Amino acid sequence: MKKIIANQEVCMGCGLCEVYCTVQHSKSKDIIKAYNSEKPKPVSRVRLEINKPVSFAIQCRHCEDAPCVTACLSGAMQKDEKTGLVTHNPEKCMGCWTCVMVCPYGAIMMDKEGKVVAKCDLCQGFEEPACVANCPNQALIFKEVKP
Amino acid sequence: MAKYVIVGASAAGIGAVEAIREIDQTGTITMISDETCAHYSRPMIGDLVSGKADTEKMKCRSDEFWKENNIEALVGKKATTLNLTEKTVQLDSGEKVAYEKLLIATGGKPFVPNMEGSDKDGVFTFTTMGDAKRLAAKIDMINAKAAVVIGAGLIGISVTEALMKRGLKVTMVELQEKILSLLLDAKGSDIVEDVIRKEGINIITGQSVQKILGKPDNEGAVGGVILTKGDQVPCDLVIVAIGVVPRAELVAGTAVKTNRGIVVDCMMQTNVPDVYASGDVAEAYDFIMNQNRLLPLWPLAVLEGQVAGYNMAGKKTSYTGGTNMSSLKYFGIPIVSIGLTNAKEDPALEVLVKQDTEHNIYKKIVLKNNVIVGLTLVNCIERAGVLFYLIKNTVNVKKFKQKLLEDDFSWAVLPTGLQRKMRVIQ
Repeated sequence: MKKIIANQEVCMGCGLCEVYCTVQHSKSKDIIKAYNSEKPKPVSRVRLEINKPVSFAIQCRHCEDAPCVTACLSGAMQKDEKTGLVTHNPEKCMGCWTCVMVCPYGAIMMDKEGKVVAKCDLCQGFEEPACVANCPNQALIFKEVKP
Repeated sequence: MAKYVIVGASAAGIGAVEAIREIDQTGTITMISDETCAHYSRPMIGDLVSGKADTEKMKCRSDEFWKENNIEALVGKKATTLNLTEKTVQLDSGEKVAYEKLLIATGGKPFVPNMEGSDKDGVFTFTTMGDAKRLAAKIDMINAKAAVVIGAGLIGISVTEALMKRGLKVTMVELQEKILSLLLDAKGSDIVEDVIRKEGINIITGQSVQKILGKPDNEGAVGGVILTKGDQVPCDLVIVAIGVVPRAELVAGTAVKTNRGIVVDCMMQTNVPDVYASGDVAEAYDFIMNQNRLLPLWPLAVLEGQVAGYNMAGKKTSYTGGTNMSSLKYFGIPIVSIGLTNAKEDPALEVLVKQDTEHNIYKKIVLKNNVIVGLTLVNCIERAGVLFYLIKNTVNVKKFKQKLLEDDFSWAVLPTGLQRKMRVIQ
């Protein structure tokens, strides 16, 4: 399946990946509303990790054998065998944070207002995930990877 | 005769079914459960009482789960006798089910200590959906105003929060000197205790309930409790939330070896060939303590069930182990606790601590030979999983040890080789 991977060497640490991800996953899809007025506040599903001078963005890797799916207490986290996606259903999520505890990448975000988790869905229905499409330096690559 | 028989249909049973069907799509599976709807999330029963979840939301698999996996589901029936020679399981309904491979995934049952008055109307345990429904109905029926929760561990905290949300005045009584003592050290426990007290919960530690009293006008109904030191706490409900013990009656008097729970090897097989055990009923491997022991935790039960399922279906799989690991969401203060979090002082252990009192943040890492063996995170759990990865894979952290407790700790501080290996970067 196609996955997102960081080209750390060219990441400038600008954080636009987080901005575009937040807007993409907002109700309004409007940057001002997303950041200023939406309740619950939309959460970025990608996180820019920085240890200067190193920086790169990290998001759900859609693991083959996903620890979050096994550990999920509520059945909200599922592996879609057809697409390979690890999907999260916020309606089923009980906000227990067990997936946060076991995700080796630290890629499951806490939506503290919504009291659920949020994670990368690879922007289903779009040609490219928003973080990849809007990275000004092509530091995020969306490509086919072997499992 | 069914090729596979699974007794118990909660976490471990579900894990086993999914694993078996990955390997063997046609072998017959019979599942036996004394609950009529077993595919629900036990940890969510608190949310059922508080009203945050309904029974529909609680289902951790769809109602079609058994059908889709082609399982004969014998629900509302209890397995009473195991005959290892005949290879059969006798049910209370009179049926006898023969097996080729058997998984015992009967879980745990609440531990209720001897207390005078524990038979009164209004005393509850809290492990099943049935318990939660009965408790919720009782609150409405008697218009309950106050409750005493015995035990301030995982279950105790969960039911306390649920009752508070229902508007009850709750008193938590804990025998240990500190709440959550299996998960937190004294400092961590104090922070959480303070948060819970501020929500209006009365917390009494270092004491237990010696007697449950009746109401003045109805001796048969709960009216209060007397604590060890003699104090009285009036209440309408008592919830016993001390913990669970293995529900291993099925193997009692058989050749299946038990210690505190059913003894299993790394393939989750008991000492009797073709008989497996997983979940709260079994003593599975703890990779930090390096021994098998009871670890009644949902995610571990699923994993253990999967391992049993693979082996039952012929795919040799070894359980890599779990450890005492929990994440808590209660009272708005997220907590992650893994491995040795409250160990006694030991020259072989190195302890790193960071505290931010203003924000109720507490972080503690316990190291042995530069490998993390204990982790406590209070109110800052976002990167818990990265640290768990280091724990589970016994990564030597010597080179970045000073970074572990920093606010900017993440994959970015880990060695490039590891980042590449885990495909964090290309």
